[in-house]
Order: sequence, then C-alpha cells, then structure tokens
Amino acid sequence: MTGPPAPPWALLAELTHGCPLRCPYCSNPLELVGRSHELSTEEWEDVLWQAAELGVVHTHLSGGEPLLRRDLAAIVAAAEGAGIYTQLVTSGNGLSASRLSALVSAGLRSVQLSVQHADPVASDRIAGHRSFSAKERAAAVVRDAELPLGLNVVLHRDNLDAVDAIVDLGVAWGAERIELANAQFYGWALRNRTTLLPTRDQLSRASEVVERRRKQLAGTTELVWVVPDYFDGVPKPCMGGWGAVSLTVAPDGRVLPCPAAGTLPDLDIPNVRDRSLEWIWRSSPAFERYRGTEWMTGPCTDCPRRETDFGGCRCQAHALTGDASRTDPACALSPDHALVRALAEVPPPDDPESADAPRYVYRGARPEPRERATD
Amino acid sequence: MKEATVKEAAAQEAAARETTAQEAAVAGWRPAPARSVVLRHDRVRQADLLVLPERVVVLSGRAADVLRLCDGHRQVGEIVDELAARFPGAPVADEVPRFLDRVREEGWLR
Repeated sequence: MTGPPAPPWALLAELTHGCPLRCPYCSNPLELVGRSHELSTEEWEDVLWQAAELGVVHTHLSGGEPLLRRDLAAIVAAAEGAGIYTQLVTSGNGLSASRLSALVSAGLRSVQLSVQHADPVASDRIAGHRSFSAKERAAAVVRDAELPLGLNVVLHRDNLDAVDAIVDLGVAWGAERIELANAQFYGWALRNRTTLLPTRDQLSRASEVVERRRKQLAGTTELVWVVPDYFDGVPKPCMGGWGAVSLTVAPDGRVLPCPAAGTLPDLDIPNVRDRSLEWIWRSSPAFERYRGTEWMTGPCTDCPRRETDFGGCRCQAHALTGDASRTDPACALSPDHALVRALAEVPPPDDPESADAPRYVYRGARPEPRERATD
Repeated sequence: MKEATVKEAAAQEAAARETTAQEAAVAGWRPAPARSVVLRHDRVRQADLLVLPERVVVLSGRAADVLRLCDGHRQVGEIVDELAARFPGAPVADEVPRFLDRVREEGWLR
C-alpha cells in the first residue's frame, strides 16, 4: 500500500444481536454477543464521533433488532450530531408511531424494513416468529412520518417464486427501494444451505420478473437485485473491497471489514474498547490483511477484474476451501469452482413435504434470555 | 440546401418549445432538497456531497453553490440572479434552470 487507505464511507453498527426473529439465513455470527457485553450508549456515541472524524458519511443502525436498544434515540442523535446520515435497519417489530417519532426527532433519516415473503403465513414461517403484521404496521408508520422506506428481502428457494408479489407488496407499502438479495451462504445460512438453495430455473424466472418490474417501475421504485453468486460464475465484489468502503462494529465493539469476517481464523480482530477507530481502519493487521491486491493468489493475481471484484468474498473462500486467501470459489476461474458448481446443479431433495414446509434449522435461542427479560 | 434550412428552422423551433416547457416547469418553483436528501460539506474529503438513504453523490464544479441556494424559499429566478451576481460572466441563466430540472428528475430536489 502506498499512503494511508482512503477514508471509509459507511459504518454498519450492529447495536445488538438480540432479535425476536429466527430467520434460517441469519447473517449474525454463530456465536452471538450477549446483551451484557454490548457497548454502552457512551461507547456508541464515541464510536460515531470517531467515525465522522475518519470520514464516515452513512451509518446503518442494525442488529439483530436495533429497536431492542432502549437508547436507540440517543445513538441516532450522536450520529446526527456528528454529521452522519442514519438509516434504521429493522424487522419492524417494536416500531410504533411514538418510537419512530422520537427517532425522527433525534435525526433518523430513513428506514429499511426486512420482509420474508409477501404472504403473511409464509413470511411468519420463514422468520420463525409471528411478525408480518408488525411489519405491515411499521411500514405504515414510516410512510406516515414521510421517511423514505426501503424493503430488504433475502431470497431463497421458499420465496423466489413470489418475487412478483413481493414487489407488489413493496409498492403497496410505499417503499422507494426494494432490495432483493439472494441468500449468501455462510454462518447460519450455511447450515440451511440445502434447504435454501434455489434451482437455476427458479432464479432465471425470478430475474426475468425483476427485469420486467424494473422497467415498469422506473422512476418510482428502485429494484436492487443482489446476484446469486453460486449460479452466476461471477463473484460478488464483497464490501466493495476489504477495508475499502465500509466497516462493521459488532455489539461488543469488535470492528470488522465485513459482518461475516469474524468467521476467519487467525484474524486478530481489533476492538474500539482497546484502540481508536482511526488506528483500526488505517493500521490494524485485520484491515490490512486483504486490502488492495497484493495478498491475492491463483487466477486473481493477473486477472483484469481483480480491482472490480477484489477476488470475491474472503469468508466464502474460507468457508468452502479452508483458505481465505484463495480466489472465491463462486468465480468460474477459481480452481475450486467445482465445489460451488456441484451445489448449484444438484436438484433439490425430492422431499414431498419440502414444497410446503421446508425444514429449517431456525436461528438459535436469543443470547442470555434471562437478561433480555429485564430490559 | 433548402432542406437543411428547413431542418434547422424546425430544430430551432423545437429548441424554443423546449425552453418554454422548461420555463413553465420552473416557474414559481422554490426548489428544496427532497426529504431524504442532505447536502453537506465533507471536511475529510474536501468535497460537497448529496447524501441519500443508500447513496452518496459527490458534487463537482459549482453544483453545491447552486444547491445550497435551494432552500424552499428562493424561486429559480432568484437563485439565478444571486449566482449571476456572484459569478459574473458565467452562463448562469442558461445552465442553472436546466441543472435544477435534472436534479429534480433524479428525485433529489422537490
């Protein structure tokens, strides 16, 4: 690297790992942070001030379910005070008009709401929790507050055929943006991969629907399609490059180049409780590890796309090959691509029950349930 | 040759119509940032930004000088006059209304 890295644009603040939902593709790590280990209000305020000094412009207040944090308005106010644009990323559970009003007064700018399916019964089944009606109410509350609303939907075998209806739902709920993100397989989603993996036919039908609806909705609702990298043979430019665009702060203050990076072994993960955010971003071994292109191996080293996709996802390379510095096996040029191809081409198990009720391993119990009862 | 002249005349007429439509579109309009849009100066990058829910637009040239005047009170004509006074000789009257219209089409001004 020559000179210090460019400043980060965005900070994903995972305020808590607590969540009422039990989604089978949960992106939080397998080992959740207990609520007693979460950063305090003052610690988050300090993190956000440091982030603004470092150049962060956006923060996504996420979790788990960030609304479980009683001090959420204070955290929003700290971000706003530091000049950082705030977006709440929520399941919608607990977003009443009065709660939102307090957040808006504190400076909240926009809301992104997760939805599991357009059909209430299916949505509740996938979430492992009765939550659809709360989401519907939350969307109405956001619309009434005239805040921009985005929907995010993780796509998999159980809802890809409903993409058209999901887009209708988003339009009916007043969403300005609908993010249709094909499931990524690490952490909890990896446990459910067999159940979640769609068929190639499903994907091509869904992507045709998205193309058609995108044209129809041009200028009103933005549709974002996050590609299914197992099927496309093209790796995702994960995080826009390691330590290049954004950083994630976990509930206990650990700072990661990507939300899943905690799964990588031998990554000495820095913590805002020990170090300044500036040192972590600019100098920590964890952020330097896969920054730029010098670490690359195999076909990445002289690939013309190495600064486009950055070799794909380090966590996926590690999950599938055991070596995080290898080319992402999702890439058709990877010597390990057969691993992904085999999975993508396997027809789903011919289980007569699976069509109606997929057998998920739901996200495990919430951390420290006893403590949660008292907050 | 004659045909070319006719075409030119038609083009001029079309351009005139376009200008009229544009004037109508901006008449009485008091531009302001859309609800979700924040215009801010970035000290770290020494740049002016439009910040949106999922996007940051880095403004170039004099864009921020124009947008900073879009406060929901000033009419387009007033914005043009202020900029013309501040940047004498710049093609403000011609370019600013068109620029504002484009920004509105993006949904960043209301």
